[in-house]
Amino acid sequence: MIQSIMKSRLLWPIVILILILLINLFFDSNFFSVEVRNGHLTGSLIDILNRGAPLILISIGMTLVIATKGIDLSVGSVIAMAGAIGSMSIAGSEGAGLAPIFIAIGLTLLICTLVGGWNGLLVSRIGVQPIVATLILMVAGRGIAQLITGGQITTVYYEPYSFIGGGYLFTLPFSVFIVAAVLILAVVLTRKTALGLFIESVGSNPNASRLAGINSKNIMLMVYMFSGFCAGVGGLILSSNVMSADGNNAGLWFELDAILAVVIGGTSLMGGRFYLIGTVIGALIIQSLTTTIYSIGVPAETNLVVKAVVVLIVCLLQSPEFRKRVFGIGKVKRKGEQKAREGVTLP
Amino acid sequence: MINRLSLDYKQLPLIATISLFVLMFSFGSVRYTGFFSAQVFLNLFIDNAFLIVIAVGMTFVIISGGIDLSVGSVIALTSMVAASLTMSAQWSPFIVIPISLLIGTVLGLVQGSLIHFYNLQPFIVTLAGMFLARGLSYVISVETIAIDHPFFSYMASTRIPLPGDTFISISVIIALIIVAIAVFIGHSTKFGRTVYAIGGSEQSAMLMGLPVGKTKVLIYTFSGFCASLAGLIFTFYMLSGYGLHANGMELDTIAAVVIGGTLLTGGAGYVAGSVVGVLILGVIQTIIVFEGTLSSWWTKIAIGVLLLLFIVLQRVIVLRSEKKQGNQ
Repeated sequence: MIQSIMKSRLLWPIVILILILLINLFFDSNFFSVEVRNGHLTGSLIDILNRGAPLILISIGMTLVIATKGIDLSVGSVIAMAGAIGSMSIAGSEGAGLAPIFIAIGLTLLICTLVGGWNGLLVSRIGVQPIVATLILMVAGRGIAQLITGGQITTVYYEPYSFIGGGYLFTLPFSVFIVAAVLILAVVLTRKTALGLFIESVGSNPNASRLAGINSKNIMLMVYMFSGFCAGVGGLILSSNVMSADGNNAGLWFELDAILAVVIGGTSLMGGRFYLIGTVIGALIIQSLTTTIYSIGVPAETNLVVKAVVVLIVCLLQSPEFRKRVFGIGKVKRKGEQKAREGVTLP
Repeated sequence: MINRLSLDYKQLPLIATISLFVLMFSFGSVRYTGFFSAQVFLNLFIDNAFLIVIAVGMTFVIISGGIDLSVGSVIALTSMVAASLTMSAQWSPFIVIPISLLIGTVLGLVQGSLIHFYNLQPFIVTLAGMFLARGLSYVISVETIAIDHPFFSYMASTRIPLPGDTFISISVIIALIIVAIAVFIGHSTKFGRTVYAIGGSEQSAMLMGLPVGKTKVLIYTFSGFCASLAGLIFTFYMLSGYGLHANGMELDTIAAVVIGGTLLTGGAGYVAGSVVGVLILGVIQTIIVFEGTLSSWWTKIAIGVLLLLFIVLQRVIVLRSEKKQGNQ
């Protein structure tokens, strides 16, 4: 029992998350209290969930992309584009009923999924490296977002739009339900069907999986489309929170936070394995870290420094070379490593 | 036969880059009055001297098959340190400049060591370096620190006259010296050959007995040094330190290197190509300025489109040469 807990990949992320939350308890004894106010659940924990929603969504998409040994650098720009499309398509529809919002959501998600598909086409059909293929959209996407909004911060005066990011349903923030829906969709599709296995197989060796009869090109195309879709949903939430679209700053650094969340969650950047729940915990760690930094009165500017240190620690802990040098590691692991090394030296 | 093929495969992107630059410059000259002048051409160097310097460092990194995402943040950090030491601590520039140059160099050394000794991915290590450098520059101050010091003003405003009533700045001279050194290192030293070998295949380089580890650490150290030097040039250019300086510059740099004909998979590329890549980005901006009605976001879209064209071109070339080699 204890051994299986110790072996779980989720152990360390959960421990870190709990530690960060406990640190908050020292500074605010009410940190864990959750109460109902105006029919809404309020409290720091709910706040972390609510504010972390876009990051969790985007990280879920990123997890599947990274599982295929890819990476999606364009998510930050897609967030900006989603906000721009969403806001522009309903700008000036005050008091026009509910139809505009459905059109806006539909249009945004469709375009973002197609944009993800564009990345997927470059990676799977033309064979461009993922970093490079998505770099194009990362550079150009922000330009396109500014093009759509005319380079200005466009404010939306249409009430229903605020519900996406700021609304409440059954006392919980609506964004939590969106996250839950996307997460359940991803978990069911990848863990209850063979799709997850296909993704992991493409991540460990695309050629071998093609020979085994898996359409690796379409699998890749699909994960990038899903990542674009997730970034679209996240962008709608972010833009709805502030009721405006900012082509320049919306979603800035999100790709980095998302990659960080995935890596903290135990998914290796080498592809071939992925842990969706780990990613969610990783994203929550990042969000709690941000909240903690704000709440304990450390200057907000140190946020980036702390994140950098966390990335390095997590990566070093994941590195076999580091673990060997620092901890020495027992017999069992050495055997495994030796085997791995023998496999590598024979080309 | 193979020799001729590999020649094509390496040089075609570079030829395309140079033709594109000539084409774009001619387009500007035909369309706008006052565009076709030596000074407009030299301004490309003056306005992009810092970009040339980082692109030089990045070229080595990319040829070796790696990537350095920290360069933009290192520029911000260098500008911040230089500004705060000069203005708040009132130190002499002769102490401030070596310290500023050391920042990026040390960060590059640390990044290179982490990448080599612990076998971490360059992408993620330099990502952390990016966070770290930007965070540290905010820790120094969140406000802009304007620099009002005779030495910095001198570096910023000195015009070196050239024949034909044109001029360049001191920064351009520094950038060109770095380019000359890098071209020499890349093509005439053992270090340079090792960089290309690592990019071709790290395992083969290791089996050939080349000092892979030492070279990799040095590549990132050199890139860090270039980023710091670019940071200083940027500080001369802006005469201020600010945590948001050069936001997203790493991507402009990568774009310049790729447009300059360096393969992102490593193993092939030219420092001189990256300089032309920077000039192309500069021409796009100049055209947008001359057009007047176009807004700055068109720069981003244009860079994206060019990046796409060159990447697809690279893929086609690589695929064709692979196919031909397969047929032999």
